[in-house]
Formats: sequence, structure tokens, C-alpha cells
Amino acid sequence: MIVVNITKRLDTAEGSINAHFGLTINNGEFLTLFGPSGAGKTTLMRLIAGLERPDSGKIEVDGEVWFDSAKKINLPPQKRSIGFVFQDYALFPTMSVRENLLFAADNAQQRANVDELIELVELSQLSQRLPTTLSGGQKQRVALARALVCHPKILLLDEPLSALDPAMRQKLQDELFLVHKRLDVTTLLVSHDIAETVKLSDRMASIELGRIVRVAKPMEFFTPQTLSGKLQLMGEVLSIQYDHPVYLVTLLTGNSIIKAVVSENEARILKVGAKAIISSKAFNPIVMPLE
Amino acid sequence: MMESEFLATMALTFKLAAITTLILLAIGIPLASFLVFSTMRFKSVIETIVSMPLVLPPSVLGFYLLLAFSPASAIGIFLTEHGIRLAFSFEGLVIGSVLFSLPFMVHPIQSALTQVPRSIFEASYTLGKSKIETMLRVILPSIRHGLISGIVLAFAHTVGEFGVILMIGGNIPGETRVASIAIYDEVESLNYAIAHQYALTLFVVTFAILLLVYTLNKKSLGGIR
Repeated sequence: MIVVNITKRLDTAEGSINAHFGLTINNGEFLTLFGPSGAGKTTLMRLIAGLERPDSGKIEVDGEVWFDSAKKINLPPQKRSIGFVFQDYALFPTMSVRENLLFAADNAQQRANVDELIELVELSQLSQRLPTTLSGGQKQRVALARALVCHPKILLLDEPLSALDPAMRQKLQDELFLVHKRLDVTTLLVSHDIAETVKLSDRMASIELGRIVRVAKPMEFFTPQTLSGKLQLMGEVLSIQYDHPVYLVTLLTGNSIIKAVVSENEARILKVGAKAIISSKAFNPIVMPLE
Repeated sequence: MMESEFLATMALTFKLAAITTLILLAIGIPLASFLVFSTMRFKSVIETIVSMPLVLPPSVLGFYLLLAFSPASAIGIFLTEHGIRLAFSFEGLVIGSVLFSLPFMVHPIQSALTQVPRSIFEASYTLGKSKIETMLRVILPSIRHGLISGIVLAFAHTVGEFGVILMIGGNIPGETRVASIAIYDEVESLNYAIAHQYALTLFVVTFAILLLVYTLNKKSLGGIR
């Protein structure tokens, strides 16, 4: 079990804020940190990894203290059992795929497991290649495998899929899901993709302006309503046009654009660029596969 | 007779350049790392001192070194007491050359280090590797183009050094007489043939070293850049 209760002064675009993170992560759990950029998601990961120092508080992992401001304990990243996957993958450029993994191995047992890990992320064919010759998705897999070599107590993934195209992203989400199930490693993921969060995580922590505002199961979080004959979508208002005698609102939800007719009163409270919910009652949706 | 003197002078020239380059490599890496990563307030002062030889006339540096080495100065007295003579000696030339070629070693390493993403260091730390191990196994191999540039520039610059050596080394055959000084000396004595022998040798050897290093550098970096 990982118990985090720390504060850190953050400099954001809106000025300086006093961030406070309180979070408990169960062993084997997949928890996603969800929220807008600049909210402090990456900072929280870096604080847990020991790459940045909290101003005060405590981080405890399976009873082992990693940070305690009261007792002046602050383990360096080297002494924390972590696997960190960086946004830019941070692969070592002069080492082949296999050497990157071998570098991480501490003992003969871990070295022996390297090939198994390479197979797990389907890189056997590329194990002798240098990172620069790999695609984004392949690099991401190397970074993931490398982070797993030392059997970390916690795997920290800092938006690892954000630079990939949607198809590759989906494939790697599946892979990440499988790897997590297979190795049962406690995983913390930073994401601002709803689909990714729902698909991968057991629980999610919503972070806003340096605070964890809510921890919930992703389905509960994104669909607060109980099952009813109601369709509800979240989106962003792209435009509001007056089309006598009504208003035509264009919304972006995910990758789809939806147009809806609203009254003048409803149009008045909507703003272009703002988030909005589009819902429809007395409605019987038909869900069909695409392919 | 003439031939052996020529060989001795050339050998001394390259010995000086090789020793200077080795010393510079040893102090250049930590110094460049300090300049890139330190957040110390007086960093720019040190940065300025490192860069000074780029713009300072060699005779200025040579003049102050000569004063420092002279038995009349505090440093000179200290050195004499310990039986060390730096003025007009090979050891003195090494010190002068190290100072004078410092930016040529430090700057390429510094700029190569600046280009290494922070996350590469951090990734190695999160994998349990110490700062030293990270430097030796991850960072130095990935900045080897910077190291090679530094080595080549420092070596070539020391071979071509003239002003500092003239000031603190003089022209003692087998001790402080290097090729660039010899050329000047032979021209002064109107021995154009011997001057030409030195000049052409320096020209050809320098060209060959640079060509070799750049060719190797290009090949070894093929998979990376």
C-alpha cells in the first residue's frame, strides 16, 4: 500500500499555488491521475519518484518511509523501488533495445528476465536496434519494459501515450492493460484522455490546481447518473449561431461534432469554448459495432 | 645532426599536446558538468574565466604566468622551496598550455551536455544508478561527439600555440623548443629550408589528424544522429 500525504509549492500559469496531495493506492491497483495540464499531475509523480522534493509531508510504501519531512527522511530516486516511463521515453541513445533493459538489471535473475520482457512487449525482432531507429510506439514499449526490469513496487507512467497516433495509442493501451494484469504491478498513470482512463484504471484521482478533488471508479466519475432513458455527452461549444427563430449550437464531443437546436434562453448561458453537457431524454439509443 | 634536432622538436611538440589534452580531458568533463548543472551564483564568473583565453592575447597570459613562475613572486618562492622550476621548463609549458586551451576542451563538452535531455539523467536515477555511473555509462557515450571535438580542438590548438610558449618557455632545444617556435627561430636565422620542413610537417600532420577524427566521428555517429 502506498500512502502519500504531501505539500509542494507549485508555480503555474495562474501564479503560485500551494499544492496538497493526499492519496492512498492499494497494491496491484491501476490508478489514473486525471486533470487539466498544469494541475500538478506530473509533479505528483515526480514527487513520488523522488525527482522532486516535497515541502512537507510523508510518503510511505509498504511500510517503508520514502519521504518524511518531520524525520528529515528523503530517499533519493535510486533508493526508491520505482519504474518511471517518461513522456519523451528517455531511452539511452547509445544502447540497443536489449542493452537499455540490461542497463536497468541489478542482478543475474533480472538479467535473465530481460528477454522474457522483450518478448512480452513484442520487441524480440528489434532487440539489437538503436532507439533512434524505432517508431514512437516501439520506443514507448522499450521504455515500459525497461521500467519493469527491476520489479518496481510502483510503476509511474507520465502521459506515455500522448505522442502517439490514435490507432497506436489504442493498441498500447491494450498492451499496458495486459502487462498490468500479468505482472500485477501497482501502476500510476497520468492522462487527460477519458477513454484511456476508463479503459485502464481501477480508480481515478481527479486533480485540479494542486488538489485531489475526487477519487472514484472512472465509470462513476464520468457517468454520475444511474441507468435511465437518458443520453448524456460532454463536449465543448464550438459555435452558437442564430437561425431564426432558434439558436444552433455546435459541440465537439470526443472526435465527433454534434449540432443541436436550443432556445434563446438556453443559448444565453452557453459560451463558445466552454464545456457543456448535451443530453436527451425519452430516448432509446441503438449501439452498434463500427466494423 | 640537423635531422635529430628536427625529430626531437617534433616529438616534444606532440608530447606537449598529448599531455595537455589528457589533463584537459580530466578537468574538462567535471568543469563542463559544473557549468551546465550548477545553480551557484558565481557560475558566470567561472564561465568567464574559462572563456578568457579565447579573447586574451597569448602574450598577456604568458606574461602573468612568467611573473608567477619567477623566483621573485610568492608562487615562485613556494615552488623554488619545493625544488620545482616552472619558468623555461617543460612542466611550465604544460601548465600554460592547459590554461590556454581550456575553452577549446570545455566548450564542446558543455554544449553537448546541454543537449542531453534532463529525462535521460532522471531515467537512469530511477533505474537505481548513481550519478557517477550515469555519467560514465549513459552520458559520456552519448556526448562522445562533443568529447571528440574537445580532444581534437585542444590538441590542435596546443600544437599551434606560440605566444604563451615564447613567453614562458623560451627556446631550449629538447626542453621547451616546440615546432611553432622553431619555425619562427629558423626564419629569423634565414634558414628557410628547415622552417619549411617544420611548417609542412605541422600542416600535414594536423590535416591528417583532423581528417581521421572527423571521418571516424561521422561513422560512429551514423546510427545516432
